Amino acid sequence: MVDNIAEKMSKGLREISVAEFFEKNRHLLGFDNPAKALLTVVKEAVDNSLDACEEADILPEIKVKIVQKGEDRFKVIIQDNGPGIIKDKIPRVFGKLLYGSKFHKMQQGRGQQGIGISAAVLYSQLTTGKPTIIRSRISGKKDPHEFHLRIDTVKNEPHIIKDFVYDKNFPDHGIYVEMEIEGSFKRGKRSVDEYIKQTALANPAAKISYQNPYKERFSYPRIVNKLPKKAKSIKPHPYGVELGVFERMAKSTHARSIAGFMTTDFSRVGLETAKQVCKLAKINPSTSSHALGHDELEKVWRNLQKAKLMKPPLDCLSPIGASVLEKAVLKDTKCEFVTSITRPPSVYRGNPFGIEVCIGYGGNIAKEKSADIVRIANRVPLIHEASACAITKGIKGIDWRHYKMEHNNGIPSGPFIIMVHMYSTWIPYTSEGKEAIDAYPVILKEVKLAIQDCARKMGRFLAGKRKRHLESKRQSLFEKYIPELAISLEKLSDVKKQIIIDDLGKIIKKPVVEGEVNGK
Amino acid sequence: MANETKKKLDRLGKDLVKQISEKKNPSVEVPIRSLSNIHFNKQKRMLEMKSGKSKRFFFNVAHVRKFVQTTEAAAVAKELLEADKHLSLRQTFYKIKRTIPGTSINIVDEQSESNDAIEDLELIIGAPREKLNINANKNGSVAGHVVIKDRGDTIDWSRLGSGGWAIPSNVENIEFKKVNAKFVIYMEKAAEWETLHEDKVWNKLNCIIMCSQGQATRGVRRLLKRLHEEFKLPVYVLVDGDPWGVYIYSVIKYGSISLAHMSDSLAIPSARMIGLTADDVEKYNLKKNLIKFKDIDKKRIKQISNYEWFRDNKPWQRQFTKWKKLGGKVELAALTANGLSFMSQKYLPEKIRKKEFLD
Repeated sequence: MVDNIAEKMSKGLREISVAEFFEKNRHLLGFDNPAKALLTVVKEAVDNSLDACEEADILPEIKVKIVQKGEDRFKVIIQDNGPGIIKDKIPRVFGKLLYGSKFHKMQQGRGQQGIGISAAVLYSQLTTGKPTIIRSRISGKKDPHEFHLRIDTVKNEPHIIKDFVYDKNFPDHGIYVEMEIEGSFKRGKRSVDEYIKQTALANPAAKISYQNPYKERFSYPRIVNKLPKKAKSIKPHPYGVELGVFERMAKSTHARSIAGFMTTDFSRVGLETAKQVCKLAKINPSTSSHALGHDELEKVWRNLQKAKLMKPPLDCLSPIGASVLEKAVLKDTKCEFVTSITRPPSVYRGNPFGIEVCIGYGGNIAKEKSADIVRIANRVPLIHEASACAITKGIKGIDWRHYKMEHNNGIPSGPFIIMVHMYSTWIPYTSEGKEAIDAYPVILKEVKLAIQDCARKMGRFLAGKRKRHLESKRQSLFEKYIPELAISLEKLSDVKKQIIIDDLGKIIKKPVVEGEVNGK
Repeated sequence: MANETKKKLDRLGKDLVKQISEKKNPSVEVPIRSLSNIHFNKQKRMLEMKSGKSKRFFFNVAHVRKFVQTTEAAAVAKELLEADKHLSLRQTFYKIKRTIPGTSINIVDEQSESNDAIEDLELIIGAPREKLNINANKNGSVAGHVVIKDRGDTIDWSRLGSGGWAIPSNVENIEFKKVNAKFVIYMEKAAEWETLHEDKVWNKLNCIIMCSQGQATRGVRRLLKRLHEEFKLPVYVLVDGDPWGVYIYSVIKYGSISLAHMSDSLAIPSARMIGLTADDVEKYNLKKNLIKFKDIDKKRIKQISNYEWFRDNKPWQRQFTKWKKLGGKVELAALTANGLSFMSQKYLPEKIRKKEFLD
């Protein structure tokens, strides 16, 4: 009996294909519904383009176009002026899941998983059956190349359908991607329109032009002609490394001893500390880490977590910069007042991070609604799951009345834009969907401090504005009544009314007038 | 007389212009017209205004509108005095009303605003409205064996048909030629006055009957006061049996809160109330005609019973308690239920004979 069941069950065991993996995990990859899928495809491609441009020191110029092909079918075209990808690598970059250069690199960057663009290719293939078209050129001296690609979903390998030299006009360098997908185009806060707008805000060095399925064109000009400082790659800090990762690193390290492994593969671990950790774990520091078993490695890891270590280096990060943020917000909203701050970097669980905030008021920001909240993580706008995000929680944790700002449910009401950027070597998302930042207390604290700093300045501006408004209202009220008073007084006193008007005009200029107690 | 008032207005204007030329925020002192600034003079048995004053500034967002309304009222009054013309309160409202050029602001929007401004002006310069040549609408009738002279015309109050003599708002210049009456009955309703006039009650009881509609106007009160002072006629007040009627009586007797500064020339401390009292309800079988008190009526009874001039008055406190127990009010008109001429043939003669008055 029992054998029977086991046999039956074993028949069900087989390798699952990437297609199945995708089907089961599409929510993790951002394809849970048609509207989100469309956004995710655009997002993955744009993120890649921006990263590639920055890495190659090219001021990004990105064109995005979405064309409606049927009720729920869209063609998405993204073209950049990046360095391009060499011909041989193209099939794997686009046609193989989990292939990329970013995984496990401790460097501030947009993507973190190397799954993005190939997942989009797979999604396109699964929903429309069409291949993805990629054109790439790496220099003016070489021909552009065109691929028509699919993914072999059983083997997780690229399957090239066509591959030829593209003989029409093509810029000197860059990539062109075209895919057809099933999706749905929605307006509003979670739309592609909004994502592109926020991407432009977060990437002021980029020039972005965009056309949505309604053939509405948006063009976001370059705001600064300088790329952000390149983020440096750093070794992981022990506080942020989980046991499993630690073990994997211990197995694959080139260091010859466990002490050497700790000092060379991690930041902020000195030889003395490494020896001390080994002593506490009762392990000879010169043992090779490859020779250690799970229990021993766990002991080392535990003691390493307890060791007093310096904070990781913080100069590896690259903020957008307060003044650049202000320029971006100003350009987009034509706001009346803008203020910003870039907080000095801080550390959560061994990962350096920083918060910058920019708050704008007035201009063409909608008056009747709550503040526009723009959440950015490593220059990528976060569109979904606002309420779960540390940024939203930080905003709601502010007592806005303290800054004389009205609020609704913790979000200021009125023509405000609140942009918060978290930059880090590793953004702690609440889930694989990468939509919300986990609210570590220190992150929350930094978000709040940054917002409070801006809110203070905003509060001062608003108070001044209110005062000026009242003052001018008061002044104009009196100016209206002065001639009327003069008419009455001329009749009563036979003094010419112009004399009275002139004298009253002199009094009004005095800033505070006696008796003006309730100047409401 | 007119010259004196004109001088007061001139002085107000000159003073303001002087303040302005000295770069001061122009201001006037306005005595406060509210219960908090009222004092009940127990010796004189009338309301008096205390010395509380508020300063009204032109350069004050909360004051500027009223300030200009007041100076404008003063300007209108001066013009009237110079031209020797009179205007009604309503006409004065239109005279003051104008739109400030280039705005949508009117100097006054409602007559209540110009009325207020005029009352303030009276207090500021210390002259009654009548002396500013601004009159209230005439609103009152009188009949009786009285002959007067008014602007050269001789008028006999007993020979004026069904309407009686319409009391003007200014009775200062009336000359009494003959007064043949033993007392005056003032009533709050024109309907009752007409019934009593039809029954010629003034002839039968040898009295003067007078009415206005609701609260007695200043003209009516002045006429009552003059008849009382110059001919020693007792004044009896006939009002509805409710707090509002009681207050009409209270104003005739003790003066009003807003005109407390003029109590000397308006209040008649010896005036007494003839009805309707809470006792009348039982005595004249009026229970079936009770109209249930609303919350606002109850609130008003409580307020009035706490006024200083009623608080220590035992008979009146007894009345208030009784009204509260009855839980409703009775209108004068309800007496008709006891017979068409019940009031003139039974109610009034009986009350006067038995001297059943509330004081």
